[in-house]
This record gives sequence, structure tokens and C-alpha cells, in this order.
Amino acid sequence: MAELTYREAVARGIAQEMRRDPTLVMLGEDIASAGGVFKTTVGLLDEFGPERVRDTPISEQAIIGAAMGASMTGIPVIAEIMFSDFLAVCWDMIANEIAKSRYMTDGQVSFPLVIRTANGGGARFGAQHSQSVENWAMMIPGLKVVAPSTPADVVGLMAASVREPDPVIFFEHKALMATKADVPDGEIVDQLGRARVVREGSDVTIAALALMVPRALAAAEALAADGISAEVIDVRSLVPLDTRTLLSSVTKTGRFFTVEENPRLCGWGAELVSIVSEEVFWDLDGPIIRITTPHIPLPAAAALEDMALPSVDRIYKTVSKAVDSGRGL
Amino acid sequence: MPTDPRYDYALREPRLPKPVNRSLESADIDRDVRLRMYRILHELRQFGKRAHDLFLQNLVKGTTHLSLGMEAIATGFGAAMKPGDYTFATYRGHAHSLARGMDLGAAMAELLGRENGILGGKGGSMHLTDISKGMMGSYAIIGAHLCVANGAAWSAQLRGTDQVAVAFFGDGTTNIGAFHEALNMAKIWTLPVVFVCENNLYMEYTPIDLMTAVDHPAADRAGSYGLESIVIDGNDPDDVYLAAQKALSRARLGGGPALIEAVTYRTGGHSRADPGKYRPEQEIQAWAARDPIPMYHDRLLSLGTPEALLTSIERQVAEAIDAATEFAKSGREPGEGSLLTEVYADGGSRWRN
Repeated sequence: MAELTYREAVARGIAQEMRRDPTLVMLGEDIASAGGVFKTTVGLLDEFGPERVRDTPISEQAIIGAAMGASMTGIPVIAEIMFSDFLAVCWDMIANEIAKSRYMTDGQVSFPLVIRTANGGGARFGAQHSQSVENWAMMIPGLKVVAPSTPADVVGLMAASVREPDPVIFFEHKALMATKADVPDGEIVDQLGRARVVREGSDVTIAALALMVPRALAAAEALAADGISAEVIDVRSLVPLDTRTLLSSVTKTGRFFTVEENPRLCGWGAELVSIVSEEVFWDLDGPIIRITTPHIPLPAAAALEDMALPSVDRIYKTVSKAVDSGRGL
Repeated sequence: MPTDPRYDYALREPRLPKPVNRSLESADIDRDVRLRMYRILHELRQFGKRAHDLFLQNLVKGTTHLSLGMEAIATGFGAAMKPGDYTFATYRGHAHSLARGMDLGAAMAELLGRENGILGGKGGSMHLTDISKGMMGSYAIIGAHLCVANGAAWSAQLRGTDQVAVAFFGDGTTNIGAFHEALNMAKIWTLPVVFVCENNLYMEYTPIDLMTAVDHPAADRAGSYGLESIVIDGNDPDDVYLAAQKALSRARLGGGPALIEAVTYRTGGHSRADPGKYRPEQEIQAWAARDPIPMYHDRLLSLGTPEALLTSIERQVAEAIDAATEFAKSGREPGEGSLLTEVYADGGSRWRN
């Protein structure tokens, strides 16, 4: 067992897979010599050499195109897009080319490729370097979508993503980079499509992702002090989606909340809400509530950004109020 | 306004083809290669015409983008490429698919949206693909596939093979960002990739020269990426074959990428919906007179090929096209069984448990 930061876990997960598979390569801006602008690829150039760890020009379409062409011809690839906002620059490659080609060719091609990207707010970078865009990827048929919240999950889900024969968009959260936790020694391989109950509870179910997971957990502690027992689910993988864990929790608690960093409209939680209301409606004891960033671009100023993102306090108050009003009925 | 050539392109000065380069007759090209090219030319032409006919019979739905008049480019490259090489084409990809050996019947059936199509009806006219033949796909949003071809070339480089990736695209593609990103990356990584611009003078419905800062949309950009400026006669299979051979062998030996601009003309409009009325009549006539097929027929005759041999090739191709048409028409409409398959690698489309 070793204590690792989230950013160190990224490099460890990649290194684990590059050692296992000598054909695996990676490319991206500033990833080799500089070790990544978030220092998530430190040490990889030294261990695996410039043939397998490649710096690229600032050309997102060329990066993703190269990843696509290599992966469809027998070379598994990890590509980095520095900030998830920049996915918009190469979205044609991802949403139209990579995601659709297996279907369009009736299964002639596979894309064993992972697109890693730094996602989310909290770093005061302003609207073009802070968005949470997991929902962009989630809505495209053909992609798989992962967003880990802990260092151990980073390693295990990275390994699972690399071993997937399908293209995976891997969201690393900027505001979690410096967080530390114990990571078991040896090879770690997790599974996509598995949510995790990170706190058991009996009164409400709170589903959260990435940075929102520690906030939901902190809110759950505060709720516990008020006698409200919150179950917190780390969704981890949006596609495939572990609805079984979600639905069995909601069936038990009867109340469902999502905590989403994305702007309100069409956030990932909206799909979860739709599933819950279609499939376990009669098990619900009160309205479902989504706790999200307002439908705005993220502001830069610390005070404004803090108001925008779901905070521990907002989660606590929203759940608390909803439960209290339910009790009054 | 209708009489203003700035807005009615049919009133502009016609852009006329250069005369045939007679010296290509003595080029060092095997007779067998030339006969093969003659056969490919006819396959592409007759397939294109049949696709057009079937569209008029409402058997081909949606749209088609034919290469009628432009077949010499796919032909010359098809003859020069090796079996392991990679082809990446655009929505105008029928010719490039067939030139790599895609089955005529499976291609035709795909246009008809039948179950026996090469893609089971899921891709259609704009996405013909046959990985088993090195035909790595037809990409219908211009630009992207130049970047993807780089990836296939990078893969060949990493695996230490001598494969080359070739990306075909139109003149319009030279004005999208991906074109420039792809050329730059190919050069700095010395990738075994050949970029082939099929300059047919029109980007969809608009003259390319009005929309581009330089005269030669591809060749005049080559210097920006440290590449040689190459313009060839895209209506002469021999000229294309020679340029292809040179670029392919150079790339195979580690010499890096090439950018080739092949000047040509499409006989018809951009797509099925377009009668191509924006072109000066004199220009259409002049290019019709430079059609690659009669020109190549004459060249083969003057090189001593018996006319009967050429006629028999034409007849064999016609029979193959008829058989392909029957094969396509005999196919069933795809059933529900395939609608939800092959979204993910497990063969299905399941996104939840």
C-alpha cells in the first residue's frame, strides 16, 4: 500500500499498462518532456522512450486522428487532450469518426483507444478551461465514458479503459489532482460499468461523480448529524452505466438526488433521473432533485466559481430541506 | 445579377484542361499494368454509370457522389499500391473502394441498402469500407480522414512494416483546418503517408479558385510543410501511376509524406441532387474531350494493343457489372436483427446493465 496523489495515480495506471503491453503508445501536447501540464505523465518518457510517449503539435484533430488511425490498425493508443473544453476542437473526430465507424462498417473496425482529458472546475481557470463535459461524451452512441474520483480508481479504471476494445473518454478531474489516498500495491484492474456505494445509508440516495463525490460524502456526514442517513453512490462510469446499483439503492431509500458539476441542461443526472422515474417510480417517497451548476459558463473569480459549483453546504441544505418537507407530508 | 459572372459561375471564363502529354506513351510502365489500369478504369466508369441508373430507378436512395470523369486517379493509385497499403477516401469513395478490390456486388448492394451490402446497409454510399482489402473507410466530413491516415501510417512505422497510407480528398478539403494539421504532423513525424488532392475545380457547387488564396489549392500549400509542390494530370492514368509509384516507394523507404495535386474534372454534379449548372458550357465540353477512357484506349492502341483485347476487357467488365447489379437487387432489406448491433465491440449496443 502506498499513498499516491490522484495525478501520480494517472502516471502509475498508464505505466502499469505500458509495461504489460509493449505495443501501447501515447501522444499529446507537452506529455513527454514536460510530463504533462498537470504533471500526470511524469516519468513515462524516461521509462518508455520517445517512440512510445510522443509530444505533439497543438493540433487536437491531428492528435485524435492519429489515435484513431493507429488504433484501427493494431496499435492501442492513449491520447491526451489537455483540457476537456478542447474536446470541442476535435469533436468531429470523436463524435463522428471514432464513435460511428464500428456501426457504419457493421463491425469491421475496432478502436482500442483511450482519450484522457482534464475536466472540471475549481481551479479558477475561467469558462474555457473549467467545464465539466462528461455529458457531451455520454450522449454519443459508441463511446464509453469514465470519471474516477480517487487515486485507486484512477489506476484501476485506467487499466480497464486501456483493455477495452472500445473507445473510452477518460475524465481526470483538475481539482482532485492533489488529493491523496492509499493505493494497493501490484497490478490493479477495475471494471467499467460498476458504480460504487461509497457510503451506506437508508434515508436518501445521492449519486455523484468525480469532484462531487467527496463533496457528497462531506454533506452526508453533516446530514448524519441531523439524523438523516444518506447513501452515496460514486457513479464512476457513465457508459456503461450501472443502473442496478443505482436502482437497488433508490428502492431501499425512496429518495433520489444527483450532484452534478455540469451546467443544468441535459446533465448526466437527467438520464439517471429518467431511468429512476421510469423504473422505480412507485418506490419513491418524494420528488427527485438534481443539484447542479446553474446553466451558465463557469466564472473565473473564486467567489463566483464557488457559488456556481455544487458545494457541500448546498448539497447538505438541499437534501435536508427536501427530507424535512417530506416529513411534513 | 444573373448576368454577373461573379455570382453566376457559368458565365465565368472556362478553365480548360491541358493537352494530353504524348510523351507518357513511352513511359516505363509494363503492358500488364496498363491493361490492368484499363480494366479498373472501365470498372469504375461502368459502376458509376450503373449507380446513376439505379438511382434514377429509385433503387439507390439518399445520395451518391460519383467519380465519373475522375477515374484515372483511383486507377493509377489502385495499380501502384500494394495489398497491405491503406486507402482513406471521402464520401466520393466508390472508385477508390473498387480500385482496391472491393467486391462489385457487395458495393452495389450497399448502395441499394441491402443486407448483402459490404456494410450490411448500415453505412451506405458515403461510407464504403473493406478493411480486408486495405480500404480503411470513406469519410463523409471532409478533412478528418487525412488525420486518420496519419494514424495508420504511424502504426505502420511503429510496427516496422513498409505499408503506406494514402488519403484521397477534394480541392475543397484544402481549406479546412484538419488538412493543415495533418500535413504538419505527417512531416514532423516523417510518416509514410501520401496525400492526394483530386482537384476537380469545384468545391461542391462553387469554383475552388474563388474560395482559395492560391492558384493550386494543394500544391501551393506544400511548401508550408516542407513538401515538394507536385501537380499532375489527374485524367491520365499513366501520369498518376508514375507519381504514385514515386511517392509510395519514397514513403516505404522512410522518406516521409508527399502531397500530390491531381487536376481533373467531374463529368456530373457534386452529388445526385446537383445538375452542375454552375459551369461554363465550353469548359464542360473541353473536359469531356479529355475524358480518360477514350484517351487511354487510343494510347493502348498506339502502343500496339489489339483492339479485340480491349473490347474483350470492356465486355468482361460489363458482364461483371450486370452480375453485381443482379446480386445487389437479389439482396433482402436488412431486418431488425442488425439495427442494434455493432455499436460496441461486444457486437451489441447495450449501454447499461
